[in-house]
Amino acid sequence: MTAASVINRRSFLVASLAGGAALTFEASLAIAATPAASDPVALGVYIRIAADNTVNISSRNPEIGQGIKTMLPMLIAEELDVAWDQVRITQADGDAKRYGFQIAGGSTATPTQWLPMRQAGAAARAMLVAAAAKQWSVDAATLTTDAGSVIHKASGRTVTYAALAAVAATVPAVDLAKVPLKDPATFRIIGKSVRGVDTPAIVRGTPLFGIDTMLPGMLHAALVKCPVIGGTLASFDDAAVRKIPGILAVVPISSGQVPAGKHDALAIVGQSWWTASKAREKLVAKWDTAEQTGFSTAGYAKQAAALLAAAPQADLFKAGNADAALAKAAKVVTADYSYPFLAHATLEPQNCTAQWSADGKIEFWAPTQAPEWGRKEVATMLGIAPEAITIHMTRIGGGFGRRLMNDYMVLAGQVAKAMPGRPIKLVFDRTDDLRNDYYRPAGWHRMTAGLDEKGALVALKDHFVTFAAGGKPVRAAEMNSTEFPGPVVPDTHFGQSFLATNLTTGWLRAPTSNAMAFVFQGFLDEVAEAAGIDLPELMRRTLGVPRELKPEEGDPPFHTGRARAVIDAVCKFAAWTGKPSSTPGKGRGFGFYFSHRGYFAEIVDVTVTDGAVKVDKVWIAGDIGSQVINPLNAEHQMQGAAIDGLAQALVWQPVVQEAGAVMAENFGDFPLLRLDAVPGDVAITWVKTDFPPTGLGEPTLPPVIPATANAIRAATGKRLRSLPLTLA
Amino acid sequence: MAVALTVNRKKRMVEADPEKPLLWVLREDLSLVGTKFGCGAGLCGACTVLLDGVAVRSCQTPISEAAGKQVVTIEDVASLPVGKKVVDAWVELDVPQCGYCQAGQIMSATALLTDTPKPGPDDILAGMNGNICRCATYLRIQKAIRKAAGMGEPA
Repeated sequence: MTAASVINRRSFLVASLAGGAALTFEASLAIAATPAASDPVALGVYIRIAADNTVNISSRNPEIGQGIKTMLPMLIAEELDVAWDQVRITQADGDAKRYGFQIAGGSTATPTQWLPMRQAGAAARAMLVAAAAKQWSVDAATLTTDAGSVIHKASGRTVTYAALAAVAATVPAVDLAKVPLKDPATFRIIGKSVRGVDTPAIVRGTPLFGIDTMLPGMLHAALVKCPVIGGTLASFDDAAVRKIPGILAVVPISSGQVPAGKHDALAIVGQSWWTASKAREKLVAKWDTAEQTGFSTAGYAKQAAALLAAAPQADLFKAGNADAALAKAAKVVTADYSYPFLAHATLEPQNCTAQWSADGKIEFWAPTQAPEWGRKEVATMLGIAPEAITIHMTRIGGGFGRRLMNDYMVLAGQVAKAMPGRPIKLVFDRTDDLRNDYYRPAGWHRMTAGLDEKGALVALKDHFVTFAAGGKPVRAAEMNSTEFPGPVVPDTHFGQSFLATNLTTGWLRAPTSNAMAFVFQGFLDEVAEAAGIDLPELMRRTLGVPRELKPEEGDPPFHTGRARAVIDAVCKFAAWTGKPSSTPGKGRGFGFYFSHRGYFAEIVDVTVTDGAVKVDKVWIAGDIGSQVINPLNAEHQMQGAAIDGLAQALVWQPVVQEAGAVMAENFGDFPLLRLDAVPGDVAITWVKTDFPPTGLGEPTLPPVIPATANAIRAATGKRLRSLPLTLA
Repeated sequence: MAVALTVNRKKRMVEADPEKPLLWVLREDLSLVGTKFGCGAGLCGACTVLLDGVAVRSCQTPISEAAGKQVVTIEDVASLPVGKKVVDAWVELDVPQCGYCQAGQIMSATALLTDTPKPGPDDILAGMNGNICRCATYLRIQKAIRKAAGMGEPA
């Protein structure tokens, strides 16, 4: 395979913004020009070299457990040519002007930062080399570097980066785009297993997370939210609450989900969160929810069934004439698939600390996956300039996409403004968290496929019922028009029909893919069965010759050869035969999915006993390009993602809504996966290709869901088409 | 009411509502925030501490019940010989992802290995099933427990 850029337009924009750091890189040199002798010297925005030759590296992206706080500095350290034990890491603030756009989302950090981080390290190294060349009056080309020192072999001279840093900071800045990078064959840090930089602090219980924020004079706020999303505050009586010792105020606030000027929440502010939380029992609040009470889980299901029975309201993709092709097909397969609303249930509940100061500025300590989006929302809600907002990014106790939304910043900002000068920490309790999520939207699909007499897939239809507002799918409720195998089937029709909801929706790890993989790979398993072959073989035939399929505008292309290679790899890895197990109750299923630039094929082994499904083992083959940056963490992310997918397949229960309100209360009715549901092993193999490295935290997840459904079919003969997979 | 208890080998006096959960006394009154709030209902295990050597959910333990007792939290668990082995194994195998549940996991694992120095799979399940890890670091959690116990990998 040839190397090809799979950076899409959005990524390019991100990369360009990060390139903005190049400008700042030069600007910061002026500041660094006159340091005190003992102060660390900055070489660009990410690197500071201390007098003891330790190197402090700022990690630019939010850390949600994906290991980015460790991985991005690895890229810098590699090209800076320092030893990993010289490196100290600092979490950067949320500051797009300094660092470019910062986000933990879309598995984008690797594809967008692979070059900029290495270039930042290489540029600083080049400046240190130039400083040594100047000092020794030798040609820079005769100098090498190693473990934080510049070496002149010919004369046997060596000088530490620390001794050179002050001079290096004054040499002309290097063009980041032209700075030479290492040959990957010489990498000493990239590709080596490195433990998480915060692991020692985590096991000591050191304050790291947003909820751990402690500031002098800090007050605590508990949330009283309208029980129905979209409903507004009609009136409230806080007389009884304000009599409670330790309670200071009750503040009407808005999540940003209701029209400007309206409130949908109250914050009880006190000396203790526990006291404030308990005081909620005494607060009387009346809510206006008339516009939302018609929405319910049962109502959606009824409406979806009616919509599926009629023609789609809108076309998403059309090629040839699917109906005509189905009419002459030798075999037609049809099935309905569906999946429910889900919450994110990060273990650290949503929280945020904020302090409003007398000069109209506000400072945040926020566990946010997208600080700049938070800045924008806070600026709008508080009517202040974005520049008046300072954002410190804390470690995050689970993201999964929930913290791409910044309602907790918006809410905490208003409470802080009402309590000027005092830091306030707003903490959701578990029920607040489950009932005020940005849910993975439910969806329904009527799938139809036509096979010719040779068993080839010649016609495909999907009628997708999803949630929309103003004729457009709501956040994370969309489907890609190029969903495989649509574009390679001669006659295809993807149509859509729309439902309304009051629920706020959002991205859940591998958004849309976590649902579409189940629907399409589950259904294709049925098609393969009708064709008398197994799913890997149907995929091989359908993928055809290695080529890039045209994506939707702005998306990376889908390479059929890379897909084929991981399918073959996992089949070999797991010794897949496609034949049923000779042991009753045992079954094997396969699933493939391409998302977030990553190609993943997975096999799941299950044992079904009295209707209970136990996953014995998961096998994964993945292609994320030429380089796995931190193998120790990559293995961990993939095992976690696969088990997270099993949770969606088998454990998590639908988020149920009655009369507009979400009913989920705690982990009793929204159960998370526990040790008893963990497979014996999640085994991993790689397919290395010449493509630039990409992410894996998300693309590992989707295939395990259909692979589990397909394994249950193999084990029991039962085809489960609705999540969670439940044997009656 | 005033409650006297020992936290991490230090005698402490706390003035608090007798109903206030030990979790919130640790976090708010004693600034020991290593013990985590996850569900407030004893369902997730993030708030697990040792109370007189027994793993308890501190969100379900009123401070009045801790009066006169010994509390060990994540901040000092490594002072116990078993706790030290658990913490070391956690670091060596790099168990955390987000890390939020890990204090509770470590406290439960310490209690498990104190009672059952060589746990079998069923012992590990019984001792650890109450602790949720949303990132699903369970494979490494089990491995770290076996490592701390000086046991090899199962066949």
